[in-house]
Amino acid sequence: MARAEKGEEFVNERDRAPEVAPLAPVAFARWTWRQLTSMKTALILLLLLALGAVPGSVVPQDGVDSVAAARWRLDNPSLTPVYEKLGLFSVYSSAWFSAIYILLMISLVGCILPRTRVYFRAMRARPPRTPANLARLPEYRSFRTDEEPDAVLARAQKVLSAYRTDRHGSSVAAERGYLREAGNLLFHLSILIVLVGFAAGSLIGFKGGVLVVAGGQFANVASQYDELTPGALFDAEELAPFSFKVTDFKVDFSTEAKEFGMASDFSAGLDYQTSVDAPVEHARIRVNHPLDIDGSQVYLIGHGYAPKVTVRDGNDNVAFSGPVIFLPRDISFLSSGVIKVPEASPKQLGFSGEFFPTYDVTTAGEPVTVFPDAGNPLLSLFVYAGDLGLDSGVPQSVYTLDEQKLEQVQKDGKNLRLDLRPGEVADLPDGLGSISFDGVERYVKLQVASNPGEWWALVGMILALLGLLGSLFIRPRRVWVAVRREDGRTLVEIAGLDRSSAGTLSEKIDDLLAQLEERT
Amino acid sequence: MSQSQFESLSNQSLAVCGVFYFIALVAHLAEWAARRSVPPLETVSASPLASGAAAAAGGAGTETLAPTKVDEEPTERVARFARVGMVSTIVAVGVHLLSVVTRGLAADPVRVPWGNMYEFTLTGTLVVVIGYLALYRRYQLSWLSPVVAAFAVITLMADALLLYAPVVTLADALESPWLVIHVIAAIIATGAFTIGSMASALYLIKERWLEKHSTAETPAEFRGYLARVPGLQQLDRLAYQTHAFAFPIWTFAALIAGPIWARQAWGRYWGWDPKEVWAFITWVVYAAYLHARATAGWKGRSAAIIALVGLATLLFNFVGINFFFGSGSQHSYAQ
Repeated sequence: MARAEKGEEFVNERDRAPEVAPLAPVAFARWTWRQLTSMKTALILLLLLALGAVPGSVVPQDGVDSVAAARWRLDNPSLTPVYEKLGLFSVYSSAWFSAIYILLMISLVGCILPRTRVYFRAMRARPPRTPANLARLPEYRSFRTDEEPDAVLARAQKVLSAYRTDRHGSSVAAERGYLREAGNLLFHLSILIVLVGFAAGSLIGFKGGVLVVAGGQFANVASQYDELTPGALFDAEELAPFSFKVTDFKVDFSTEAKEFGMASDFSAGLDYQTSVDAPVEHARIRVNHPLDIDGSQVYLIGHGYAPKVTVRDGNDNVAFSGPVIFLPRDISFLSSGVIKVPEASPKQLGFSGEFFPTYDVTTAGEPVTVFPDAGNPLLSLFVYAGDLGLDSGVPQSVYTLDEQKLEQVQKDGKNLRLDLRPGEVADLPDGLGSISFDGVERYVKLQVASNPGEWWALVGMILALLGLLGSLFIRPRRVWVAVRREDGRTLVEIAGLDRSSAGTLSEKIDDLLAQLEERT
Repeated sequence: MSQSQFESLSNQSLAVCGVFYFIALVAHLAEWAARRSVPPLETVSASPLASGAAAAAGGAGTETLAPTKVDEEPTERVARFARVGMVSTIVAVGVHLLSVVTRGLAADPVRVPWGNMYEFTLTGTLVVVIGYLALYRRYQLSWLSPVVAAFAVITLMADALLLYAPVVTLADALESPWLVIHVIAAIIATGAFTIGSMASALYLIKERWLEKHSTAETPAEFRGYLARVPGLQQLDRLAYQTHAFAFPIWTFAALIAGPIWARQAWGRYWGWDPKEVWAFITWVVYAAYLHARATAGWKGRSAAIIALVGLATLLFNFVGINFFFGSGSQHSYAQ
């Protein structure tokens, strides 16, 4: 993929491969290799890579937003099998996308290797001998002087200090910009480093999410995560043995008209230990300021409400007590959730409903929350009794009730709805028990991640940028100065050749001319 | 001054600079219309069919024919219009800059004015115009003046009408020094890519024009705007140099600063978020452009087309992703 430049010797050799495939096996293999590593193929593969990345931004990706992907599958049942076959839900790990970038990488390696060899030869090369007829070069100047030819040439060599110069009899040959090609190679090589880092991260890294109520604890073991996405080669045993307690959570909701209700400045306090017997340290995390523990980063990525309830069953025993996580539906923090009480007897109890941080009623009689902060909290629940289905062996979400064997509790022929404010207790009909709303806790959504390949990717990308700068802005140039005695004076000829297309050769040659002429 | 005063000052300066850009546009159009009566070659000879009216844009047949004028007069008029255009542009840039700065001062706490699409467009347009002014001498860009003025007028108008949003405090995720680094790099790269694609677009237009007019012999036909746009080689070189300037900056913005910030804010440095996907697509397309320029059979025309495709992906990323995938993208607050 190296960039071919203007001028004969910079044309990529492999672009001269015969157009028609030969039939002999060896010749055919050779031809295929040349086609694959030609600039044209690399170019087409690049454009294909760009095109191939498009579907991943249009179709929801399992790896990016699994909820959206699942919803999309439900909404489009007839397209789903086709999309599954095409790998459109995980484009960036699909066979066809991999094929494009693997081919591109092969093409890249096939280009770098031979060019590295050529480059090492070229790096030690001397400037080419002075052409016989300098006047035929793209830029040519000449002047006469009374100075001795040797003095002019010696001065030329001094002026051309940024060049590699050689004296050839009555002329000086100079060349600069040897590092352009090095930059080019470095750029392409670094892309490989980035890819290795990227691949390493997705193989041996992990990412996990967990919701922790303020005051709650977390230990870094696989079973404590709500969701854990390990890399293909990640071993859960390797999780760093840290643990932490969420001491508190703070958030400000703006009351200014323009950004009313916008959450800002939220942060959580963590007391953490790197291992069971390590000393306890304290840290605050917030958006953009994660905590680094033992190579894993703990991020604060979300928050919400966890109403604290106590449920007593028909026998007046406390069957459940504690905070229950309600998930916010939108930025108003109107949240929904369920409370499952399998310990209750005679019947298991289930509650499903909404939490209003600042409850109010619209003129139309609709219950709403008017502000996301917990100004006037209200918990509104429907009640279910029967069998929660937790023993059926089928795993269930903690955020939904399995209503198959549950019966919704009624009162006066209508579904019973309990509206509770903090401190209120409601008795359930038919001797089922009671529920009290004890107060509002907050929970934080934390993400724990470790990506051992990220430094490789970063270093690779920075090297790539440096290489890119070199390959774009180092301007290889050749300059010759020739002298000759003519009619008792010295004729000085200057000529130059730019080997990159974007040079400012003309000005440089003018400068050189001015510097050499100066003393005459 | 209070925040709200700064905010209205910012809005008013935008309106004022829009007016100056418009004056610049009219002046440059007049300049080019006046130029039609001056043969493009250095030999200024008596031209019996000199066009008088200056207000009409340069399209053939749109000008009204006026009585013959003296030779020097059109040249002088061209220079006068050009001067008016340049001065208006410079004034407009000053007011434009004021609009950007006061927009930042209007926020509480004071911040860089790159928090949403409106502010991004406001600054991006400024970068394009400053880039044009910076390159004006070196590349003798008088031919680009009407294009840049028209671009500034149209973009700012669209910005004010369609994208305007009142000043608000930054979302928490944006509270980071990387906002300054990542976004300014993205803005500068976008501005430079825009100038580059103007050159690439003119390259394609001029190439077609040359093909069509290769047989025309009457010098009168060579008087239009396109006759004075520099040759294909110079256009290609300007396009290449602006792209070569923008590409490393884009690499830094999208593939270095962006990932570093994403790791801090979201816990992963690359997550195939739609915005990231399209930033990557843009990068790949411009990489293809740089390759194409050096590949036999792809030089010139194909390279110019790839450059325009690159700009299209860039604009789609900026506008399309925010409007079509707003909820699905973690960059959605950038609206």
